[in-house]
Amino acid sequence: MTTVDRDNDAPKHYVATGPYDPQSVERLTPEQERYFMAPQWRLIWWKFRRHRLAVVSGAILLAFYLSILISEFLAPYNLHTRHPDFIYAPPQGIHLFHEGEFVGPFVYGFDYRLDMEILKREYTPNTSKPYPLRFFCLGDEYRFWGAIPGRFHFVCPPEDGTFFLLGTDRLGRDMLSRLIYGARISLTIGLLGITISFILAMFFGGIAGYYGGWIDNVIQRMIEVLRSFPHLPLWMTLAAILPVNWSPLFIFLGITLILGLLEWTGLARSVRSKLLSLREEDYATAAMLLGAGPRRIIGRHLLPNFMSYLIASATLAIPGMILGETALSFLGLGLRPPITSWGVLLNEAQNINAVDLYPWLMLPVVPVIIVVLTFNFLGDGLRDAADPYYEGGN
Amino acid sequence: MIRYVIQRLLIMIPTLIAISAIVFILIQLPPGDYLDSYIAELQSQGEKVDPKKIKFLREQYGFDKPLIEQYFVWAIGMLQGDFGYSFEYGLPVTDVVGDRVFLTFLVSVTTIAFAWIVSFPIGVYSATHQYSWGDYGLTFLGFLGLATPNFLLALVLLYFANVVFGTSIGGLMDPEYIDQPWSFDKVLSVLEHLWIPVVVIGTAGTAEMIRRVRANLLDELQKQYVITARAKGLAPTKVILKYPLRVALNFFVSDVGSLLPGVISGSAIVSVVLSLPTTGPMLLESLRSQDMYLAGSFLMLLATLTVIGVLISDLALAALDPRIRLEGGITR
Repeated sequence: MTTVDRDNDAPKHYVATGPYDPQSVERLTPEQERYFMAPQWRLIWWKFRRHRLAVVSGAILLAFYLSILISEFLAPYNLHTRHPDFIYAPPQGIHLFHEGEFVGPFVYGFDYRLDMEILKREYTPNTSKPYPLRFFCLGDEYRFWGAIPGRFHFVCPPEDGTFFLLGTDRLGRDMLSRLIYGARISLTIGLLGITISFILAMFFGGIAGYYGGWIDNVIQRMIEVLRSFPHLPLWMTLAAILPVNWSPLFIFLGITLILGLLEWTGLARSVRSKLLSLREEDYATAAMLLGAGPRRIIGRHLLPNFMSYLIASATLAIPGMILGETALSFLGLGLRPPITSWGVLLNEAQNINAVDLYPWLMLPVVPVIIVVLTFNFLGDGLRDAADPYYEGGN
Repeated sequence: MIRYVIQRLLIMIPTLIAISAIVFILIQLPPGDYLDSYIAELQSQGEKVDPKKIKFLREQYGFDKPLIEQYFVWAIGMLQGDFGYSFEYGLPVTDVVGDRVFLTFLVSVTTIAFAWIVSFPIGVYSATHQYSWGDYGLTFLGFLGLATPNFLLALVLLYFANVVFGTSIGGLMDPEYIDQPWSFDKVLSVLEHLWIPVVVIGTAGTAEMIRRVRANLLDELQKQYVITARAKGLAPTKVILKYPLRVALNFFVSDVGSLLPGVISGSAIVSVVLSLPTTGPMLLESLRSQDMYLAGSFLMLLATLTVIGVLISDLALAALDPRIRLEGGITR
């Protein structure tokens, strides 16, 4: 180590002649700059994209939700079309080759026989004649979203034939079509319910977190009381209280309200705790010192900070609502026909003897599981991405 | 510790009062009281209704009194073990309920024990073998368990048991023991049937617990003291067993509080599918026939069960974790 002799070798005052560049020491690469300057939502997206499973789940859910926009077009039959000759018909498989020859997608017809011993309807595929399916065709009439009449379908049953990809129910209604229509109710009830919860959570969590003191205490106790009710029995009770003479649409709204009214507690808790902790952050203090009012602090600084987190929590709460509706309808306390949800369809599967003979009645289980699973994955990914400035963890 | 216990017990009282008030409002919500529907039913069967008898009944059950008073009569009656009168069965609610509450309790407790026993080793394995194939597989199974609604699982199991084994797995005991006094054989029979509802109801909770054990243990494993212990050359199993596991265990106990409402909810609907002699099917039945006293009692019992469960888990946590009992707070 060399020591500098202060008296003799003191360097002269030196000023560089080149133009001043404040970033000469730490120059950001373009990638770094892009990353540092990116707005929050873009960071969230980048982080979310890394979560493969969540992206795939999001895509699947998007497909599901897009499908409910055009349910009428996608379903081969109308929701209510009955086929008295094909009650409890089994699923018809799609074939491509008939007797070694390529025909394109087609189905076989049925031979029908009633087993007099156990009174089981037995259908056997009749492989003598192929019935080719029609695509982008005219079929059952419908009213698009209950308003515009139409007949155009993505796939139609063959001329003078039937196409029950997933079998039929006790009135000879096509299960696939009913599943597609059921998605509309089952999926929207989750979104509507979470909207109600979300608003309630923002309100109660917001005032509890902002005002604190006795208001906070009262709301906290209220949440505790609501949380100590087991949800399903309480839902059942509330659903049973809905007047019997209400129209199915009102029942639908009522059930949505019931689901939303009980689910907000968890969300409200996170709103409150986030508000309490964010209020103490340096940037909130800084904004306050700069003279920002409470409205601006909450709206501009606090809200964007935990909004993403809240959306992630809300996503994780949606499956609970969908399952709640399914459970209620399954028990016969929820939605009533003609409104059809997956739970209403499952109501038919309550009788184990029917399920035993005609197992395809259980099929609505499949989309329920897929939707719940994908919502969980999506919510997980969103939660990880919600705080893009937080690195590390897992 | 004693101060904490007393404090915790005192908090429970207003909670229970609030719950009972909500339940009472729910009982009162359907238009008309039970006597109205009772009279309507008698009249529809063409029977003459004696106005004197109606008046007597009305006084007997206090329907002529203001609502607040009715509430107090009901609430105080409950404290004395009188849950009101089921109009559907024409019996006091206590007689109708019978040992259903006990069986619900039995199913719930066993389910939680099951969730614990299964989720703990799996969660620990997942955390210590993070990102291994075993971890991925178990995580996926956990997600599947979480996503499958338990009543659908019950339905599917029922179907497969019927098709593959040709037996019905419903019920909680062999038919010959139903309505029999408790005996050793009956207990055995119950134990034999118990595992199916327990597995069905417990799946979601177990899956949830696995994820939390994993997350908690992972958090703990990154802490400085673990690194220090490792650096000092402690054996890997001892590093995990000695401290992080014990810290992770704390939340395990406290989580009964969040697990229990789910389990009780789940058992309500699963027992309908599997036709268990617990509170679920009877609650549904009473709701369908608008027998609101019976339904209200069930709701009240289930909520009380939950509150007590949470209380026990809080106390156990306080016993385990000195931070909580010394601060006297109920921090989670």
